[in-house]
Amino acid sequence: MSTQALFGQLLIGLINGSFYALLSLGLAVIFGLLNIINFAHGAQYMLGAFVAYFLLNKAGLGYWWALVITPFVVGAVGVVIERLMLSRLYKLDHLYGLLLTFGLALVFEGTFSHQFGSAGMPYSIPESLQGVQNLGFMYLPNYRGWVIFASLVICLATWFVIERTKLGSYLRAATENPTLVQAFGINVPRMITLTYGAGVGLAALAGVFAAPIYQVSPQMGSSLIIVVFAVVVIGGMGSIMGSILTGFGLGIIEGLTKYIYPEASSTVIFVIMAIVLMIRPQGLFGQR
Amino acid sequence: MRLKLKTLVAAAALALGAGAAHAEITGGVVKIGVLNDQSGLYADLGGQGSVVAAKMAVEDFAAKDKSLKVEVIFADHQNKPDVGTQIASRWFDAEGVDAIVDVPTSSVALAVNDVARAKNKVFIDSGAASSDLTGAKCSPNTVHWTYDTWMLANGTGKAIVKTGGDTWFFITADYAFGAALERDTSAVIVKNGGKVLGDVKVPLNTQDFSSFLLQAQASKAKIIGLANAGGDTINSIKQAAEFGIVKGGQNLAGLLVFLSDIHGIGLDKAQGLILTSTFYWDMNDQTRAWSKRFAALNGGKEPTMVQAGVYAGVLHYLKAVSALKSDADGAKVVAEMKKLPTDDPLFGKGTIRADGRKIHPAYLYEVKKPSESKGPYDYYKLRATIPADEAFRPLSEGGCPLVK
Amino acid sequence: MSELRYERVAFAVMFVAFAVAPLVIYPNFGMQLLCFALFACAFNLLIGFGGLLSFGHAMFFGMGSYLAAHAALVWGLPIEIAILTGAATSAVLGAVTGLIAIRRQGIYFAMITLALAQMVYFFCLRAPFTGGENGINSVPRTHLLGLVDLNQPLAMYYFVFAIFLAGFLLIHRIIHSPFGQVLKAIRENEPRAVSLGYRTERYKLAAFVLSAALAGLAGATKAMVVHNASLTDVYWAMSGEVVLMTLLGGMGTVFGPVVGAVVIISMQLYLAELGSWVTIAQGMIFVFCVLAFRRGIVGEIEAFLRKRSAS
Repeated sequence: MSTQALFGQLLIGLINGSFYALLSLGLAVIFGLLNIINFAHGAQYMLGAFVAYFLLNKAGLGYWWALVITPFVVGAVGVVIERLMLSRLYKLDHLYGLLLTFGLALVFEGTFSHQFGSAGMPYSIPESLQGVQNLGFMYLPNYRGWVIFASLVICLATWFVIERTKLGSYLRAATENPTLVQAFGINVPRMITLTYGAGVGLAALAGVFAAPIYQVSPQMGSSLIIVVFAVVVIGGMGSIMGSILTGFGLGIIEGLTKYIYPEASSTVIFVIMAIVLMIRPQGLFGQR
Repeated sequence: MRLKLKTLVAAAALALGAGAAHAEITGGVVKIGVLNDQSGLYADLGGQGSVVAAKMAVEDFAAKDKSLKVEVIFADHQNKPDVGTQIASRWFDAEGVDAIVDVPTSSVALAVNDVARAKNKVFIDSGAASSDLTGAKCSPNTVHWTYDTWMLANGTGKAIVKTGGDTWFFITADYAFGAALERDTSAVIVKNGGKVLGDVKVPLNTQDFSSFLLQAQASKAKIIGLANAGGDTINSIKQAAEFGIVKGGQNLAGLLVFLSDIHGIGLDKAQGLILTSTFYWDMNDQTRAWSKRFAALNGGKEPTMVQAGVYAGVLHYLKAVSALKSDADGAKVVAEMKKLPTDDPLFGKGTIRADGRKIHPAYLYEVKKPSESKGPYDYYKLRATIPADEAFRPLSEGGCPLVK
Repeated sequence: MSELRYERVAFAVMFVAFAVAPLVIYPNFGMQLLCFALFACAFNLLIGFGGLLSFGHAMFFGMGSYLAAHAALVWGLPIEIAILTGAATSAVLGAVTGLIAIRRQGIYFAMITLALAQMVYFFCLRAPFTGGENGINSVPRTHLLGLVDLNQPLAMYYFVFAIFLAGFLLIHRIIHSPFGQVLKAIRENEPRAVSLGYRTERYKLAAFVLSAALAGLAGATKAMVVHNASLTDVYWAMSGEVVLMTLLGGMGTVFGPVVGAVVIISMQLYLAELGSWVTIAQGMIFVFCVLAFRRGIVGEIEAFLRKRSAS
């Protein structure tokens, strides 16, 4: 194994890891703060990519516009879902939340499949991000470099907001003890709604990042969602930093596996997840 | 007197014979069932378009031959063999369906192949790739139209090596189909003087191919063979463009690519891709005229080779039924289909072999640059033609029990 | 109406309905219904009575299916033995995966089963004996015990019906046995059960293995009915479907899964002729059930009957 090739694979692993981290961020926020397993996360990611496609083809708004607009559009859908449906389930077993979002994922995917088929919609890398950089050991597409950078920024910003700001502390308190926090005059239901919307918005944002390089098709989320779950579970379902670090870490591990034993690169994440759950069920960074 | 006796006997024989065979447009209607994926991965290459194609065939046949009453129904097998066999069994047993057409997804096709044989009906497959349908699993009730893995491997492999692409690296989907494609293509490449520099096996439904494309780049092979299909192919092509593979001097060879896939990727990313197809809407005046009619009925989408195969298959089936004046005995109808030479505006003149394989020429295409394309679906330019007698696996190599 | 009377009546209705079904519906379809009904009942044993939501039950159904198909086609075993082979394989798989999964509860348990099922799927995708994405085809049916020709649809139908009844009655027996009571206690309040001295891990594992074995039995029988086994049987969508069937029918009720299976499988078949609505319809049923119909069809009926007898 030449070191050049190894570096190349590690860098690619890092890029994929940044993508996993971005995608699992939304899920971690939703589960960590709301205790909801959002099975519709993959479908919302797909919605983000499609909204980007529509913005380009119907409104002439390109990638940079899409990055800003899409999270709000899809986040709004998330808000509606939470208000109309999820909020009725909070008093019940968490498994019902899982089942509801699973059903929603089926509805979204089925509807889009029905409308758009499965070959996918074309979406290109924006002009400003095209081209490659010659790093010596590999050619790095500019777009991928952008993804690492943006993902790091967004992940750290989200972590900061939740763990280090007042808003974040209200959120965390509200999920631990809603009645008490409500008694302090804070509108807990609204915070919960907005949090779900924000998590969904993050999923959609990941979708916009994916649109130029991955196939924009109704099924794009379903292959990814299980991997993302594994990331969140390994990282510790309540821990934002855990998901971020695990996302990056797993990307690198997967990248190495793709080089050494590619056939196993899909299963390695699940093996790790099963092992982690056996030894430390709260995840690597979670609290029990 | 003697004459009268003879005619009496002849008339009786005719009546008896007719009683046995002539009442045999079962139910008075020739019923054709289009069974395919309407909602999932293969909805674009077949789907409702195949139903449109089948109905066009029925109309075009009726324009020349009014002796048959024909009906077309359809259902979505959802890529599940259980659902596929359920529908096929029920159609054959309880709903008077005489022939099932299309059926993409090899697992479903192989299962329906069994059902059609058990119930002695007809199965004309256009959508599935498995060359087992005319090999180990061949059946006197089955015709395999359009394409199969051997033809893809051979067509693409041989034609590319002959035009200079003699070093290869494979990105292979790690399942039987991908492995078969790689294996068959490698054999052809080596036989024609080329070399396979390496390969990498990628799990099914992988989203990110950067790692594998990097390995392909490092191999410096002239041709990167994509032994995968569907979403995997689309992702490979999209990301290859991103990594500047084609600009760097390597060419991609898609071993199973459909027009609908190219439409989904876009020419800017797919340009330069080499692929094999047995039909393209813009091949000649006849295909253009037909495709124009098809597109008008199919929401503006030009036909894929699978949909073309459904049209041609149904047309030929109806010719055979009309010649036999019967649709009751599936094996007999298929035998008639093999006896009659085929002729349709889409695949030209051809034949169906003893193992059920439809024989027609194949074409090596290259995807145009955006500047070369005049509009949507104007995607291919012809690179080479593979004559019919070379395009498909020789009869002796298939292992079909019917042939021994 | 007392519980016992209700159960007897319900059972009689179910028995008669399935017994005369071949006269009304296509026998092949009826057989599929029975297989999936058994699958759903096996799943329900775990969630309804054990309180454990498994999101990977397809691995048991699918491996049972594959092994039975392989046993019949390649090893040439008679049909009864082939089916038992499938069920036994799933039982073993259940023991192995159960040891890993049982140690956690709730969401974590569901996620572990999902991960394990994914690994089984990838294994089946690549293992040569499964035929990969082609599946195992042309699975033969031998004569039952050398006597009855199971290629006759009616004979096969009643054979499958017998298997379903055996499985169903076994589950019923389990639920109403002391073992079943302990399971219910564990589901209601595990710490209390532990404090009472029960080795809850063992009970949960036993329930898991039983559920797996019966799911394998359903899969094995299905392989014989449709003459094939394929990747669809181990794919995670199949796990989702069995959850849907049980949820729709009524989790924790005895007859719920049967009703749920009948509705979902019928829907799959009848909507097939409408094109791509099946996924959407399934999703909408999920959503509706979770929001407004949590007790499921049978659950609602039972609640209604209980209210009537109380008033």
